[in-house]
Amino acid sequence: METTVRSFVTILHGLLFGGFFLMAVYGFGFEFCRTSFMKKPVILTDRGLRIERAYLILVVAVSWVVVISGAFIIYPWYRAVPPPGTTDLSLYPRRFLMSSPTTSGWHNLGMEWKEHVAWMAAISMTVVAYLLTKYRAVMKEHPQIRIAVLVFIATAFFSASIAGVFGVMLNKHAPIQGGTNIQLMKESK
Amino acid sequence: MTDLQMREERFPDRSGLANGSAAAAILAAGFGCFILGVLALAADISKAFANLLIFYEPTGPLSGVTCSSISLWLLTWLILARRWNGKTVAIVKINALAFALLSFGLLLTFPPFMDSLQGK
Repeated sequence: METTVRSFVTILHGLLFGGFFLMAVYGFGFEFCRTSFMKKPVILTDRGLRIERAYLILVVAVSWVVVISGAFIIYPWYRAVPPPGTTDLSLYPRRFLMSSPTTSGWHNLGMEWKEHVAWMAAISMTVVAYLLTKYRAVMKEHPQIRIAVLVFIATAFFSASIAGVFGVMLNKHAPIQGGTNIQLMKESK
Repeated sequence: MTDLQMREERFPDRSGLANGSAAAAILAAGFGCFILGVLALAADISKAFANLLIFYEPTGPLSGVTCSSISLWLLTWLILARRWNGKTVAIVKINALAFALLSFGLLLTFPPFMDSLQGK
């Protein structure tokens, strides 16, 4: 299973970290809504609280890894400028997309939106983690904080979804590739 | 004064935990998202401003837009937290303002809306 370094890093960014983040945010939203209908508040053991806090920190850390790797590692590969006279634009995704009116929309809408909105997912999830850590036990007495948690979870999910969907479509139409070839798994003869 | 009386004086709401810290985090996040949208729009409008925001050449103006937004978000959070920590504030109004800033910030990142503001 051969791929290139750039392609592999892009897969890690989008499918592993981004995909995990989307699922985690959905899970938080579902669980948070479910607790609204509990007759008795959920009381975790000390160990349970530590695990929950560690998981929150992990999800927040993943969100920042996704956006930082996207903007500062993968985006430079995407927007690389081809040398003069280059006819094969396959290693220059942005130029490739912009070279035709049938594909330029993927950049003008997809990348132009994704590159900014994704950061709102990271900001939102950081706030959610902070509020859930500090106010978890007293959330029922603070309905406004509860509303804010729901709004920011929804924002994180929406933002990450936009970034994820357009990321997939952009990589489908103009794959990030290049760098050293690597073998993920060798075929047995 | 007993420990309980001191606690109730410091945290006057029923839960015993003031909402000031939460309000600071919420408003700062809304503001951070808004600033991100504003800087994105400004970089799109003005090539000169976009060049000012090139903190890391391979990433281009996006590097400055994101670094500046995150810095301003964190700074706002720090300032508000210092002001409101341990206090009970008007969180309904703060939520409303934060959500308005968040919504407008989200809208500003949407390219067709950005273009419509510029008359494109």
